[in-house]
Amino acid sequence: MVSLHNRKFISADSDKCVGCQVCEYACSFTHDKVFNAVKSRIRVVRSNQSMKSIALTCRKCQEPACVAACPRDALSQSLETGTIIIDQDQCNGCGWCIEACNYGAMMMHPESKTVYVCDLCQYRPDGPQCVKWCPEEALTVVTSDVLAQKARLNAIKKLFQEHEELEK
Amino acid sequence: MFGYAGRVLYVDLTTGKTRTEKLPQETAKSVIGGIGLGMHFWLTNSKAKVDPLSPENPLVLAIGPLSGTMFPTGGNGHAFISKSPLTGGVAEAVSHGTFGTELKRAGYDAVIITGKSKKPVYLWIDDDNIALKDAAHLWGVSPAEVETTLKDEIGDYYIRVAAIGLAGEKQSRIANIINDQTRAAGRTGLGAVMGSKNLKAIAVRGTHDVAVAKPDLFVEMVQDFHERMKGPAAQKHRTLGTVQNLTINNTLTCLPTNNFNNSYFLDAGKINADVLNEGYVTRIIACNSCAMRCEHEAAIKEGTFKGTMARMEYDNLWAFGPNCGVANMNYIIKAAERCNYYGMDATSVGSTIAFLMDCHEKGLLSHEDLEGVDPHFGNEKAIYTLTDKIGKREGIGEKLADGVKVAAEKIGKNSAELAMQIKGLELSGYDLRCLKTTALAAAVSFRGADHNRSGIYAVDIRGTVDRLKAEKGSGKIVKDHEDIYNIIDSLIVCKNAKGTFDEEFADMAKLYAAATGFEVTPQELRQAGERIQALAKLINKREGLSRKDDTLPPKIMNQPVADDGAAKGAVVTKDELDMMLDDYYEVRGYSKDGVPTDAKLKELGLEKYAKEN
Repeated sequence: MVSLHNRKFISADSDKCVGCQVCEYACSFTHDKVFNAVKSRIRVVRSNQSMKSIALTCRKCQEPACVAACPRDALSQSLETGTIIIDQDQCNGCGWCIEACNYGAMMMHPESKTVYVCDLCQYRPDGPQCVKWCPEEALTVVTSDVLAQKARLNAIKKLFQEHEELEK
Repeated sequence: MFGYAGRVLYVDLTTGKTRTEKLPQETAKSVIGGIGLGMHFWLTNSKAKVDPLSPENPLVLAIGPLSGTMFPTGGNGHAFISKSPLTGGVAEAVSHGTFGTELKRAGYDAVIITGKSKKPVYLWIDDDNIALKDAAHLWGVSPAEVETTLKDEIGDYYIRVAAIGLAGEKQSRIANIINDQTRAAGRTGLGAVMGSKNLKAIAVRGTHDVAVAKPDLFVEMVQDFHERMKGPAAQKHRTLGTVQNLTINNTLTCLPTNNFNNSYFLDAGKINADVLNEGYVTRIIACNSCAMRCEHEAAIKEGTFKGTMARMEYDNLWAFGPNCGVANMNYIIKAAERCNYYGMDATSVGSTIAFLMDCHEKGLLSHEDLEGVDPHFGNEKAIYTLTDKIGKREGIGEKLADGVKVAAEKIGKNSAELAMQIKGLELSGYDLRCLKTTALAAAVSFRGADHNRSGIYAVDIRGTVDRLKAEKGSGKIVKDHEDIYNIIDSLIVCKNAKGTFDEEFADMAKLYAAATGFEVTPQELRQAGERIQALAKLINKREGLSRKDDTLPPKIMNQPVADDGAAKGAVVTKDELDMMLDDYYEVRGYSKDGVPTDAKLKELGLEKYAKEN
């Protein structure tokens, strides 16, 4: 089982995300060869107050609530990558996993009527296509450790900038 | 069909009946989509000399073959088309955001709305299920609030909404249709047409796939354009935004100031792109599918208007700023925000206020007329107060709410001499006296004074032509630019992305074929641009417009540029205009009266439109 420290997921930087939804197109095109945001595994949300946007998708949780919630054992977590594996024959579209997920990452497919979720484009040698396509470089594949490192780097950048401004 | 949804939705508001029809392949190929398709459906579903605010005037919503696809800026556009209550000719306005994307996924290329509802309603397009729903509780509500309310009510936070505000309900001829909170089909008074039908909003949810004919080639092109949009062609839009035009125009003494009494604004430095971006812009956001994101959201951070937010572009900033002599950014942003609140075209509102200020300074208004407002140039409080009054049609706002042409009729006393309009549509922020090729384009523009029918100001401003000279040959330049813009507005791609097309027709023909599978040559696409232009002219001819309407405002022809600089003394004389018109009509294959000749109609395959009308 891959340790939590090494588990990779897709993170969006809300300072960089402009809400263009290119990731949604990239996702539906990669998986279904069509353009349809409703079939995308990553979805963009914009706040009408601040006009800030962010893209959300599966965070490959430790002890994922979606897996625990499934009454038919249709969901399991990959030991290798932490992605959620869906047994299409077992899933009956009851939606308990959708209810259980705090990030809105589990979604009902409009045609198969079973759930689907980010698989990190596991069959693509160049990795997740949303990350590749994001015009603002707002999406990255990270581990929680890298996220913490980035946050620390940003914090000191801010600190030093403020410091420099005071010195001016 | 690929690219196209292949279906057209008809909605009769009088009977409440709806039906769908197939989109004929030949129609799609002939007029492409967007404004071309909209004008086709308007012309074939209306009778001559229809009253624009009557139930008999259809309102057409059309999208293009690229809407709903991943093509950057192409995935998101939509257009409204009708007869304009402002000009009496063709009304068209394109908007972006995400509304068009959703309509494509719902499975429609166009929606043709006819008749008039007895009560306020909104149109709910939920894939194949169409419903007219009661909108009594939305009447009087701002477009942004309508969107929020409908999302809650329908219980889907991803539905998309286009709505009118109070101004549209009150049939103000400068009312617009706002979608996705901040975007607008702004010009030519389409909000009034929607209001006259008691149609408050259109809400859309679409879940169908959008498929293109050659997916791999198409996505390869998308990738190529993503790269281009990171380069110099999109630099202006990615950084300071369109407001940069303010400084450029001022430097060339072609920045209309104080209702075109001046062409240079002394205080431009107080409201330029640097001031806006450093002090106000909090976010730059993108429309759906766009890789160059340009929408500058400006927020007022302190003072009376703290918390006010509006999208700021050159045109709304110019209309309330230099054109009203105002150099206070807080009031300019506030006035722009009020326009969004009431659902009004900021360019027309600002220009109408500038006109009132001019009338006031020339002593054409009585004390009673003014109701305590002091509309002198530079009075920032007046732009705010008057915008509110126009939005509500309250007091003096009643005189102004239908734009400058109607306002001049109501005020009388030669005030028409001060009205900066062509065909009834207010001018945008380019001084035509010293941008003479632009002057020709504005005169012949089928929707009235506007830079957005050709984008020709670029050739004047960049010095591709001598901007102070009216010359033979300008007709050809205007024609070429118009044809490109007609295709831009029919495929629907964003005008801000024009610079990313290396060779417009070649790139666009390849794109169109990849999306639809219909092979076209660049020449055929150019001809489609020409066809759409002629179609618009046929509408205008049928509705009674002719060469006499392809003209310029009195100030442009009689009042020379007053400010020092290369442009000092410039006007466009009647002779110059006539010479350029003749040149233009000849290149276009139009008669001396500005109408497509029979030979030209035959060449473009438009004989049947001329016969029917």
